[in-house]
Amino acid sequence: MSHQHQEKVSYWALLKNGVIKENTIFRLVISLCPAIAVTNSVRNGFLLGSAVLFVQAMVNSTVALLRNFIHPRIRIPIFMLIISGWVTVVDMLMAAYARAAYKEIGLYIQIIVAFASILARAEVFASKNKVGASFFDGLGSGLGFLLALVIISFFRELLGKGTLVGLTIVPVKPMLIMILPAGGFLVTGLLMGFFNWIDMRFYGGKGAGGAGGH
Amino acid sequence: MAVAKKEQELLVTVSPHIRSDETVGRIMWTVSLSLLPAFVFGVYYFGPKAVYVTALCIVGSLFSEWLVQKMTGREVTLGDGSAFLTGLLLGMNMPASAPFYIPLVSSFVAVAITKQLFGGIGYNIFNPALIGRAFALITWPRAMTSWTEPTAAFVGLDAKTTATPLGLLKEGGMQKLVEVFGDKASLYTDLLLGHRAGSLGETSVIALLVGGAFLLYKRYITWHIPVSFLGTVAVLAWAFGGKGGLFTGDPLLHLLSGGLMLGAIFMATDYVTCPSTRLGQVVFGIGCGVLTILIRLKAGYPEGVMFAILLMNCFAPMIDRNLKSKVFGLKKEARK
Repeated sequence: MSHQHQEKVSYWALLKNGVIKENTIFRLVISLCPAIAVTNSVRNGFLLGSAVLFVQAMVNSTVALLRNFIHPRIRIPIFMLIISGWVTVVDMLMAAYARAAYKEIGLYIQIIVAFASILARAEVFASKNKVGASFFDGLGSGLGFLLALVIISFFRELLGKGTLVGLTIVPVKPMLIMILPAGGFLVTGLLMGFFNWIDMRFYGGKGAGGAGGH
Repeated sequence: MAVAKKEQELLVTVSPHIRSDETVGRIMWTVSLSLLPAFVFGVYYFGPKAVYVTALCIVGSLFSEWLVQKMTGREVTLGDGSAFLTGLLLGMNMPASAPFYIPLVSSFVAVAITKQLFGGIGYNIFNPALIGRAFALITWPRAMTSWTEPTAAFVGLDAKTTATPLGLLKEGGMQKLVEVFGDKASLYTDLLLGHRAGSLGETSVIALLVGGAFLLYKRYITWHIPVSFLGTVAVLAWAFGGKGGLFTGDPLLHLLSGGLMLGAIFMATDYVTCPSTRLGQVVFGIGCGVLTILIRLKAGYPEGVMFAILLMNCFAPMIDRNLKSKVFGLKKEARK
């Protein structure tokens, strides 16, 4: 992985890496549980994605800031403390300013603490890099997650409810299965296949990070 | 081959040495043929709409097979009849009143997603036709459970909707069921002949049995799965199906209704998704039977054959692994 070298990587490259090359959902295939649970509407997908984006960027910056003071042996518990701190901030913000949405996806906001993707970025990148780079790495990874959630929920809401962001597009419920968990797996799997296909067809499989082989 | 040029030369080949002229295509087309009687009965009772729905399923299946094989650059194998059979089975599992998009979308799910995306024929984990139907049932629950009354004539095109026998049993109990069909004797006769509401190919038990007997005679299926499946359903229905306590149930009613015959004879015996050892097939059949009765008697759906077979499909590799036949000549310790 390129980011473990010490040479200077541009912030733009870090962003691109998080969104495309190491996309949490479509490339690394982690944090799938929340991605499937909340993506039955674009609004929910967007809100959870934004919460993750915020937490990821802030956690990465905090960890990078404190990386020289954290003893390697107890780094994981410290990371968890930092993560839960930022998750609490998001949780309280949402509870105060977005009550309706919080009632629906509040549980998943709190569960951000346990997202593999957040801890992975802190451990793999932020604990070894400077604050600026870590912030952009977190931003990229969070943006990738947000984008994936919005794409998945776009198809699920359109096909399952006939609406988009609450606006009625088709007056009937075309395919009920799409807003059920089974539809989440179907859409995510098909999109994953689609992005792999794009990667193979137009980039010769070079962009494939972790999930290229399987 | 170069070796075979001179006749006195010794020709060495790897096994198999004894070949029959059976091919995948021949088996698939024969199974399709054996479904014909039940399909004819379905058309007789449900009219031209039955042909329409089934034709859409077959066209959808063939197109999906062709599309995915073209897109993935595999050899196009429409001629082996497996996509045709999947389409036919799927069509026979649909209510005759299904609107056009249900057969088309679910046959795509069946063939393109369940079969081709898992690697094509021989690699699918689940029975494609059943996944197609499960998808349709969950996606369009109302359209997939609005059954038309069998009219036995081509004139009554404004078909009435009604409940299936198992639906009636679930809501009103045995009393209601006998009331609707007149008396017990005509209930059994109607069920046997297929004069009842239901999926268009599942109703006629007698025609399905004829098809099954033909397959058994041709040795395309063995008795293990159908008999253990049907036997388990009968015993459990007898034991737990009655309102008056243990062993007061009506096994015959449960055997004759729903998609049980179609499922047990044509769906559970799918080569790809059932175990390959005889003992494993018996275990598979018993599992299907237990799950079917469990869903019929205790769960929300009136019919459970489809979900039972799909659930047991998951277990087929596990059953095979644990009940594989002994390798000749190996000692017990050497076997792993």
